[in-house]
This record gives sequence, C-alpha cells and structure tokens, in this order.
Amino acid sequence: MTDSLVEFDSVVKKFGDFTAVERMNFTIDEGEFVAIMGPSGCGKTTTLRMLAGLEQPSEGEVRMQGRVMNAVPAHERDTPLVWQSLALFPFLNARENVEFGLQMRGVDAATRRKRALDWLDRLEIGEFAERDISSLSGGQKQRVALARSLVTEPKILLLDEPLSALDANLVIRMQSMLTRLQRELGITFVYVTHSQSEAFAMADRVVIMSRGRIAQIGTPKDIYRAPDNRFVAEFVGRNNIISGKIKSSSGKSVLINGSLGDFKVSLGGRAKPSPGDEGSFVIAADLVHLSSKKPRAGNQIECSLISEEFIGSVVTLFLEARDGSEFKVQIQERELADMDLKHTGKVFVSWDPERAHYIGAD
Amino acid sequence: MKPDRLLKWFLYGYLGLVFVFIFSPILFSIIFSFNSDRFPTIPLGGFTLKWYETIWQDPDVWEAARTSLLVSFSVATIATFLGFTTAYTDYRYRFKLKPLYLALILLPPTIPLIIMALAMLAWFAKIGLSGQVFSIIIAHTVLTAPFAMAIIRLRLSQMDESLEAAAWNLGANQWRALRRVIIPFCRPAIVSSFCLTAAVSFDEFAIAWFISGLNKTIPVVILEIVTGNIDPQVNAIGSFVFLTSMTLVIIAQVVLMTKNKTEKENHD
Repeated sequence: MTDSLVEFDSVVKKFGDFTAVERMNFTIDEGEFVAIMGPSGCGKTTTLRMLAGLEQPSEGEVRMQGRVMNAVPAHERDTPLVWQSLALFPFLNARENVEFGLQMRGVDAATRRKRALDWLDRLEIGEFAERDISSLSGGQKQRVALARSLVTEPKILLLDEPLSALDANLVIRMQSMLTRLQRELGITFVYVTHSQSEAFAMADRVVIMSRGRIAQIGTPKDIYRAPDNRFVAEFVGRNNIISGKIKSSSGKSVLINGSLGDFKVSLGGRAKPSPGDEGSFVIAADLVHLSSKKPRAGNQIECSLISEEFIGSVVTLFLEARDGSEFKVQIQERELADMDLKHTGKVFVSWDPERAHYIGAD
Repeated sequence: MKPDRLLKWFLYGYLGLVFVFIFSPILFSIIFSFNSDRFPTIPLGGFTLKWYETIWQDPDVWEAARTSLLVSFSVATIATFLGFTTAYTDYRYRFKLKPLYLALILLPPTIPLIIMALAMLAWFAKIGLSGQVFSIIIAHTVLTAPFAMAIIRLRLSQMDESLEAAAWNLGANQWRALRRVIIPFCRPAIVSSFCLTAAVSFDEFAIAWFISGLNKTIPVVILEIVTGNIDPQVNAIGSFVFLTSMTLVIIAQVVLMTKNKTEKENHD
C-alpha cells in the first residue's frame, strides 16, 4: 500500500445516461506492469483516459502518489500515452516528434536534441531521426511513439492498444521490447488491450473489465487457472463451464448435480456454497483427460466428436455431450494421432476434481 | 465494353465543350489585348503593347489596382482568420444551437449577389460607412469567409482526433496545442483558403460596384471603361485580372493537392 502509485477510489464515469465506468477501486504499484483487458466498450480506454486527464471522473477520486488528480488538466500531468493510432505529428520528422514533450517543458534546443537522439538510438531507430513520419514503417513509427512518450522520463507510461495495427510477427518482437524496456526503466506501465495473449505475455497483473466494472484482478496465471466468475472464465476462453445444483457439501468439496450427472468439485477456499444453491465450475480444456474407453470412476462425460482445430503442436477438439452442450478439449497433436478417435466416434472426457475450479452461480 | 467507350468519349467531348465556352472569350480577350486595331475584328491588325501602355499611364487604373490589392489582401486575411476560428470551434466544441451557428456562417453564398449588394449599400449608408475602402473589405469578408471555413473544416475533418489530445498529453496547454499542432496541420488549407478568398475578392464586381463609391476596384473600373466607349485597354486589364486570379487559384489547388498526395502515400 505504501508504494502504490495510482489509486482509483470509487471512480464512476458517466457520459450522459451511459455509465462507462462503475465504482472502480484498484491500485497500481510503482514499477508494475498492469494490463487492463476486456471486450470493446467495457470501459478500459475510459479508465486510461482518466489517468491521463483526458476525462474527468464523474464521482470518486483518482490519486497519484497520494495526490488527488481529478481536477489536474492533462498538460500538467506527467502521464504520457502511446495512442492506438500513434498520433504522431505528421508535419514533424521523427526527432522533432520526440522533442515535442521536452519543448513543452521548456528544455533548451541542444539538450532536447541530444535526449531525443539518445532515445531514438536506444530504440534502434537512430538512423531515421531526420526522416518524415510518412516514410517510416509501422514498427518504426511505433518506436518513435514510444520514444516520444519516454523521453520526458515519466514515472508511468500509458499504452492504449499500441500493437493492434502491427502484424503478428512484429507484435511478438514489440512485446519483448516493451517487457525489457519496462524492467530496465523500472517505471509503471498501464497497458490497455483486448488481446489476451498480449496481456498475459507482458503483465504482472491483469485487470479484467466488463461493462464498466472490474470482473477480476490477478496475475495472468490466477486469471487463467482460477477465474472468479463466469464472465472471466468465458472471456479467457478454452474453458468448459458446467452448472447445476449443489447436492452436498463437505466444506472441502461439493457435489454438483447438472444435466450431465453428478460432479465432484474441490473448493478453493473463498466460496462456501450450501446444498440447494445453484453453482458452476470451470474445467480448463487443457486439464481434461480424453479416452476412447469409459473410465472406471470419477468425473466423466460421454461425448461425440464434432470438429477439431489444429494450431500447431496443440489441437482443440470440439465435442458434444448428450444434452447438446459443447465441450472443449485441448491435447497434444501427437497424443491425438495415437488415439485414433475417428473410428470410435464416442469419447469419454474425465478430470481430477482437484483440477476443477468452483465459481458462484451468476 | 463498346457503349462504355462511347459514353466515355461523349463525356470527354462534353467536358471539352465546357472548357471551350468558358475559356475562349478569355483567350480572345487576351489575343485582342495585343491587337493594334481599335475594334475586335478578324483579320487581326498588327501586334502592339499600346493598350498596356495606356493603362500603365492611367492613374485611375493604378488607383483601382491599389484599392483592389489592398481590399483582396485584407479580405483574405480576415476571412481566413474567421474561417479558421469558426471551423475550429465547430471541430472542438459541442454546444446547443450549433446547427444554427453553422447555418448562419454558411448563409452568405446562398444570397443572390445583387440582393446582398443592395442590403450592404443600405446598411452602410445607414451607419455612415458607405463608399469607403473599409466597407468593401467588410462586404467581401462576409461573402468569402464561408469558403475559407469550408476549406479549413474539410482539412480538420481529415485530422486524427488523437493528435490534439496527444499534444496536451505531452504537456501543451490548449493554446500551445492549437499553435503547435492544429495550425501546422491546417497550414495547406490555410494557404489555399487565403489564395481563394483573395481571388474571389479581387474579381468580385456586383457588391463592389454598389458600395465602392469613389474607391473603385478593378472590376468597377473595367465596367466604366466599357460603358464609356469601345476600348481594347479593357482587354489588357482583363488579361491582367485573369492572370492574377488564376495564379491565386492554381496556388491554392497545388498546395491542397500535394499535401493530400503525401498523406495518401502515408496510409499505405
């Protein structure tokens, strides 16, 4: 708590009748790489814009290093933003773009030039310093935008889907560059994205938003393995969600009765469901065991194979259970080749109760 | 394939005719301005610069040229400034009655020139401003500011919306962002709107004729010469006016087009 850099305290943002952000509470620590992720319209960009001072909260407080920032105008904050469109000034060359922030701070021409060139060198585009923005490639423009934001040596850098316009190969390279840069500089990065792979690859903590609310905050691993609710489980993808009524509860585990039978689920600790409640659990597609013969006991469902999606070494199988619900299984391509499923048609999925993750009713 | 080609040639032909109708009188006026005969007849007489010498020595023409230049330069400056500020307020702010605000600004070109000229004359007479250079400037500014606004507004609509916010984000207050980002971005539109409004004002006859009084502009002087007698010096003045206006219009087009071209490349 002591070295939290940013605090959102009951922040609400309304645009007319529309509530973009609803009672948001969270803190960002110094030196942390936080990704804010969610579907479009979930309020993630609005949250970022409130940090930059481009939007004012309707209620609540945004604090930075303890100081209430609500009324501080954008140009008096030190919260540079890397824009989705990059927003480089087309009438200035690469170096002049980088110098802009320094010039606004009254740094003299010689120092400005030196620092801009240093940063362009550091991001490996020093040779393009005097080039027009229009003559640079997507990746080079990206680096100019980064240099322009970092040249003022801020404590925090805001990034709004900066990689969305780049092709897949370049995205991977820029990701590792961003992670390295963040570690080296030790400053806070707040990264807004709708891409799970970007968020999980780079962030220390991920904030998942849905309809203006925080759905979950946690490390990428927490979010992936222990989603708090159905929204997160579905958003992260490749999860199977099964719902039913709680039949019995032992405190450590529950028995859930769904349309496909009874399933035993271990309880993580937080939830204390009692018999009769509605409940759901999540079993990740890659934690499911697949076999062509019926397992002797334990959680299992009989399914038929609908389709498969090959993405390299891993294959996702789409199965259909008796009641028509879809079930996803992710296994190694090599394993699948050994099983020869095409002939049997029927398959059995089973899993360890310890691997299933209980979520509430919602 | 065939009807398409036929249509294409028909349209080219049509376009050609339009140009012939527009430019042949001007072309002939230029040719006759070098003709030694007093009457514009064919065959032509010998080549001469006599008519140019006449207007060169005519203090009335000089006076009118000076007035015209002063008027068109002032009009271009004020109209472009008004056009820019209006276009920017439209771009930046949302407010009630904005449609009314925009309609008001875009109104003048929809009023017939004669009506506007009469209204201006009546109004200026009433407030004691008639017949002054200053009143021509005001009237022409009203007429041309909408064009300036339209050109600059179009340019602003092509701007990445984040650009201005990016300037704020980098520490520029609103005023500096305007000066350092918005104006540089709009520069081509500002230059071309300056040239176009200057050209329109330089050419404009109806309003100027009604309200110029003794401070005649070039088009007014031309009419006076024509009504007095048939004199080829009109052709000489006409050529000079045509050249000035065309130069301004072409500069405006070139500035706008080269900028658009570089930006199109930039999007690939």
